[in-house]
Amino acid sequence: MSFERLCRWPAALVMAFLFAAPLGVIAAYSFLTRGAYGGVEHPWTLDNYARLLDPLYGSILLRSFWIAGVATALCLICGFPLAMFIARAGRRKNLYLALVILPFWTSFLIRIYAWMFLLRDTGLVNTILLATGWVREPLPLLYNDGAVILGLVYGYLPFMVLPLYAALERQDNLLLEAAADLGARPLDVFRRVTLPLVAPGIRAGTILVFIPCLGAYLTPDLLGGGRTVMVGNLIQNQFTTARDWPFGSAASLVLMAIGVGLLWSATRKEGADIL
Amino acid sequence: MKRALALYAVAAYAFLHLPLLVLAAFSFNRSRFMRWEGFSLEWYQAAFSNPQLMEGASNSLLIAAIATILSTAIGVLGAYGLWRRRSRFLSASLYLSLLTPEIVTGVSLLVFFQWIFRVLDIRLGMHTVILAHVAFSIAYVVVVILARLQTMDATLLEAALDLGASPSEAFRRVILPVLGPAVAAASLLAFTVSFDDYVITSMVAGVDSETLPMAIYAIARRGSSPVLNAISTLIVAGLGFLTLASERLRRR
Repeated sequence: MSFERLCRWPAALVMAFLFAAPLGVIAAYSFLTRGAYGGVEHPWTLDNYARLLDPLYGSILLRSFWIAGVATALCLICGFPLAMFIARAGRRKNLYLALVILPFWTSFLIRIYAWMFLLRDTGLVNTILLATGWVREPLPLLYNDGAVILGLVYGYLPFMVLPLYAALERQDNLLLEAAADLGARPLDVFRRVTLPLVAPGIRAGTILVFIPCLGAYLTPDLLGGGRTVMVGNLIQNQFTTARDWPFGSAASLVLMAIGVGLLWSATRKEGADIL
Repeated sequence: MKRALALYAVAAYAFLHLPLLVLAAFSFNRSRFMRWEGFSLEWYQAAFSNPQLMEGASNSLLIAAIATILSTAIGVLGAYGLWRRRSRFLSASLYLSLLTPEIVTGVSLLVFFQWIFRVLDIRLGMHTVILAHVAFSIAYVVVVILARLQTMDATLLEAALDLGASPSEAFRRVILPVLGPAVAAASLLAFTVSFDDYVITSMVAGVDSETLPMAIYAIARRGSSPVLNAISTLIVAGLGFLTLASERLRRR
């Protein structure tokens, strides 16, 4: 065997046994019946997938799409001006970019906890609001969909800013000047020159934010307050308290299929450079 | 326009950084409430004498250290192999593993381990956590190393081979020295993702393997506490330092 092949072996083995095989097992389980004491039993069935369309679970799926969609839209709205600022920052570009990325690598869990600390009834925001007399009772800032969306925007904003920045950076400023010289107003320049040029960056950022938001578990779990807010919580619940592995497996596969499908349809247009 | 953009940027950076800075500031507060009563290190003392946090920290350090060594070794070799020759299965599974929601990775590993345990008499514990961590951090290592290999001068390798070096010698004496900083960067990254993971770990951990993020999660679930602010500040400072070091090495 050639040396290069030998090099790939350990990685291929790990990925086969600890990534592909586990996915294969839940794929198989998703067609089985729930056992009396957890576990799985025969016969083979499609019931688990059908149950995802049941209004009770379908609404969780829909709400996940809604929450992830709103969070992605907010990331785009908040991220665009920031990416523009960085792209025009000249020599300090790298520093500003690093400041966007840095929080992403400092413990996701603790970043969520920081928001719990700020938003609780006795948290900093409510304390300030009460002390200044703006409100009489603490506002219910935590444990609702709004808090989940805030947490997702905070968590995944860098994934939006990076591709937007890359696209804005590539854009030729002469085009903007030409448009302005030819009499386009700033808003027209933005709409008819900048936007079409950064469209690939917008698409990439949208995909990169939407996919992890849709599959989020920890953010809705902690900031949503223990209700089954999103699909991620539904899946976790099936493997812990509800002990319905086949149903949880089916939900996992559907979630993954949606992510892969979205990425596939996006990369088909752009070529593979989104990765 | 320029002023407005700069003002906006200040607000955006505040949004990104203030939550952690505020958390850190209050970890030095003598009071356990939202009132500043003077500087104090008592919560740090409390964190260091909290058995749950300390056991979690030592478990996390051990797991992250072993997982980092294994995933760096496997990932560097794998990236080199992929750079020389494409492998559809390996690259597809690596990218797919980055794309898979953590909760799905977690439950699939849990189900897989339970399935194996029906045959072999072992249980969830340190070893399953380490295996899981190796599996999900390899992709990060490969991405960093491949990026470096792609900017490398490939003629170096050809020259070594033409001059009669065996492929393994060429790897050891030409490629590895060039990759040096990238390998260090990749291992720091692997350490960070391993040390920080909660979702996958919580699914495959046993009674003897509660990690620091699991301990933090348990305390955060009960409500916040200044002890948590203190340990969080230490972790953020530590991981932030590692990330900066990793970035520096990668750019070399």
